[in-house]
Amino acid sequence: MEQLLQHLLNGLVLGGTYALLGIGLTLIFGLMNLVNFAHGEFYTLGAYAAFAALALAGVNFFVAVLAAIAAGAALGALCERVLLRPLRAESIDTTMLVMIGVWIAMQNGELLVWGGVAKSIPHPFPTAPLVLGPVSIAPLRVFVFVLAAGLIAASYLLIHRTKLGRAMRATFQDRDTAALMGVRIGRIHTATFAFGSGLAAAAGALLGPVFLAYPSMGDLAALKAFCVVILGGLGNLPGATLGGLLLGVAEELGAGYVSSGYRDAVGFVIIILVLLLRPSGLFARQERIG
Amino acid sequence: MLKRWVPVVLVVLLAGALLTPAAFAQAPVKIGVIQPLSGPVAASGNYVRMGAEIARDWINARGGIGGRKVELVIEDNKSDPKEAASAAEKLIARDRVPAIMGAWGSSMTLAAMPKLEEYGVPMVVETSSAASITKRGNPWIFRISPPSEMEALGLERYVDKLGVKRADFLAVNTDWGRGAVGAFGDMLKKKGASVGAAEFMDQAATDMNAQITKIKATGGDTLFLTTAVEQITLVMKQAQEQRLGRKIITTGGSSSPTQLIKQAGAAAEGSYHLLFFMPWFPEAMPDGKLAKAFVDEWAKRGHPFEGLTEGFRGHDGIATIAEAIKVAGKDEPKAIRDALWKVRLMGVNGPIKFDKDGPAGKESGQSKPSIFVVQIKDGKVALPDFLAKK
Repeated sequence: MEQLLQHLLNGLVLGGTYALLGIGLTLIFGLMNLVNFAHGEFYTLGAYAAFAALALAGVNFFVAVLAAIAAGAALGALCERVLLRPLRAESIDTTMLVMIGVWIAMQNGELLVWGGVAKSIPHPFPTAPLVLGPVSIAPLRVFVFVLAAGLIAASYLLIHRTKLGRAMRATFQDRDTAALMGVRIGRIHTATFAFGSGLAAAAGALLGPVFLAYPSMGDLAALKAFCVVILGGLGNLPGATLGGLLLGVAEELGAGYVSSGYRDAVGFVIIILVLLLRPSGLFARQERIG
Repeated sequence: MLKRWVPVVLVVLLAGALLTPAAFAQAPVKIGVIQPLSGPVAASGNYVRMGAEIARDWINARGGIGGRKVELVIEDNKSDPKEAASAAEKLIARDRVPAIMGAWGSSMTLAAMPKLEEYGVPMVVETSSAASITKRGNPWIFRISPPSEMEALGLERYVDKLGVKRADFLAVNTDWGRGAVGAFGDMLKKKGASVGAAEFMDQAATDMNAQITKIKATGGDTLFLTTAVEQITLVMKQAQEQRLGRKIITTGGSSSPTQLIKQAGAAAEGSYHLLFFMPWFPEAMPDGKLAKAFVDEWAKRGHPFEGLTEGFRGHDGIATIAEAIKVAGKDEPKAIRDALWKVRLMGVNGPIKFDKDGPAGKESGQSKPSIFVVQIKDGKVALPDFLAKK
């Protein structure tokens, strides 16, 4: 029982990080219909930006997280303006190939700048675990979970309750009509991509101190993010959140009670089942034809 | 009249001066190197490369091999077995190297091995621990690192002193990790200790909480941890978060205790590490002078101290191949292979000499490296109490 409680707690905390990775991608992949293979690299960028701010510039941890988000959003905006805007009329395959290029370029750039040796990102939280009856958890992970929940809630409000969010949804539902209604399409594209990239960078800045920062850290993160988006349904923020939590708990229980060697396989088995039985995602609502 | 000729004469003389050494110097002796220079275990691979470069420079400073300079042709296997096979193919077919050192991880080495047999080029294995590497009947393989079985035997005499009664395993899900779990498990059972959980983690995994929770439930006293330093750091931190409270012993020699002290902090306190080089006490190594010189040269080049426990492998591997080329008298793959059997050499780790291993008629070479145990005590690397008192 004690073991089960600890597994569930581990799974929820892990799932929270998957959800955070997933919401940024679900905006870009789901709303913009852009297969963003570079998502994991924005995550890596966030971790290294936080490392640079903390270990080299010596700023406060919270300032470092904000700086990482700003760096991710800025590079995301640049990427959209320079690489994706000229290709807006092209097919999804073309932009996918461009994003694969961005992925390779960014990962090798990180290797060039930071080297292959993993960096440990300092954080101000005590390392002694919080003991809650039979289970225990690191204070940093509680903080990350709470902040992830906050970011997810803020993103949801932005998409569903603000004018900018309405313009985003309108643009990706029907670009021409939105343009006729006075929405500035170009800006919305840039803003959405920057927003999604900023969320990925936030995930990197928050999870970097939990784990380690190294150039290939984004590969696994991107893989998990795609899983979460497929589980939750494209462009569905609550879906991505629940999908992330589900994936985290499923992997944890799979590793705990089936076999730790097949931990990642558990996640993929669920995805195959979802694609077979509910191809639009576990939490997809009835599709509205716009 | 003469004035007009002066520049021409000068140019000819200068060109002659520049060309003469090139015309008379012999082509360099090429040695191929396959290491993970990017990907999850990139740090280790880069340290091995740095050690290999020290060996190359030392050999060249002493006049090279028979007057010919040594040149390393270095390929990145990206911590990926598929890439290791293609790196071997490229080194042999395109760069025409007569011998290779590589390929760090057991899965990477195993993937490169068929290429060695196909083309007939020897490879000195500097890091990999899986037993199968020298058991497969590949006569082009010469290993200077200990297989997990040899490492387990090296630890056997300390099992009682370490107080291992109930052990659990957490290992990377590769040929190396799975091999180590088997080898150490067998040794412990022979010593009368019981073995609880054997858990695995993907090479790129970062969250090992599920495995740790499972291990915590077995009620053992010792955790054997087999993976590279990045994952050891994460496991130690996560074990501390879950109050695992076990004695941790790392195997495979890739634990880099100095880096652990820096990155895992208090979580690494008290842990034991099986190593093949002790740069903290070079004088305690079989050849104290060579070990000291290597440590000093490493520092002079500004390489990080924590890389030394990997870096020496690169030195010993290249020194072994260079010695074999010297014995063979030519840089031809088959001659080097035959000469490797005759190599007697003092490396940073200790004496290097190959014994036959694997099926008769197609034996691989296996050296018997020295094995050491250190402990992290009060944030420093020290000999464990049971060794220090002697």
